[in-house]
Amino acid sequence: MSFLSSASNFFTSKLDDALGWARKYSIFQYPFVTACCGMEYMSTAAGHYDVDRFGAGFPRFSPRQSDVLFVVGTINHKMAPVLRTVYDQMCEPKWVVAFGVCTCTGGFYDNYATVMGIDTIIPVDIYIPGCPPRPENVLDGLMKLQDKIQKGEQSRTLYDPRTKTGRPAHLLEGYSIQQHIREREALS
Amino acid sequence: MTPLQRVQEKFQSQIVETHAFRGDETVVVRPGALREIAKFLKEDPQMDFNYLMDLTAVDYLFFAGGRIQKEPRFEVVYHFYSLTHNHRLRVKVPVDEKDPQVDTLTDLWASANWYEREVWDMYGIRFKGHPNLKRILMYEEFKGHALRKDYPFNKRQPLIGPVY
Repeated sequence: MSFLSSASNFFTSKLDDALGWARKYSIFQYPFVTACCGMEYMSTAAGHYDVDRFGAGFPRFSPRQSDVLFVVGTINHKMAPVLRTVYDQMCEPKWVVAFGVCTCTGGFYDNYATVMGIDTIIPVDIYIPGCPPRPENVLDGLMKLQDKIQKGEQSRTLYDPRTKTGRPAHLLEGYSIQQHIREREALS
Repeated sequence: MTPLQRVQEKFQSQIVETHAFRGDETVVVRPGALREIAKFLKEDPQMDFNYLMDLTAVDYLFFAGGRIQKEPRFEVVYHFYSLTHNHRLRVKVPVDEKDPQVDTLTDLWASANWYEREVWDMYGIRFKGHPNLKRILMYEEFKGHALRKDYPFNKRQPLIGPVY
């Protein structure tokens, strides 16, 4: 292990590059599809636009096996704990894509039911605006996500609408599986 | 003879108001007579309303921008359709704000079950005799009834995350 950690930074940085390169071309995505954006998501995934060209053609319907959470469509308050649980169940490293304006900000909804932006409950890496976004727009977002994965960057902040600033993700009210694991690790 | 005329003839004393326009017939009935009339609509061979198309409610608070004061505040609206005779009838029941309660129709039309739960969820109108009257769209922790006109449109009741 010594030559990995101390002897040469050159080697570890090259290893990170290689890991980032491998990860960005083997995105296992979890499609959390709740609304009309799903049609555009399917269109992007299917043959014409073919998301497989970017190495993201393999959706996994288990959060345990996926790297990127695609939140596609309006999230309401009743669904919010489910989304948070799915996010918490994903293994590190993980990224989140907010697909469409409803997931980015709540979109045109301003009512009793809708979560005004999923970044109030889970950290978001890439925002793809549009109602729904064109497939080109989605691919653009996907490439931006690949850049982030290559650099090893992950969002760790939530948006707090009361202060209009970001705050650390583990400060979310309510339960968090990750926080639970961190606390147990700190104890041992 | 149209369905409206038959109902008028049979339940003259129980009818508050009627309305008909080009075959689109509406009858407003007293809450106490709803079940009796509904039973007649379903079981009489010449009426035979075997399909409850819709069941919803209206909140007349601030109606027409507050220019029209309507008493009582709520109305439960039933849309009946007969597949055998191909005729329709709309039945309305005025509901008082102090004790918002109507008799259930779940034993006559099974589809009334979820409709009535939705009306309870959104307007807070109870259905007497309903087998399972709990929220259907909103979560159990939700306070109030979202489609009442005095429910603030920007009020938020999140299950997780910050209050917004």
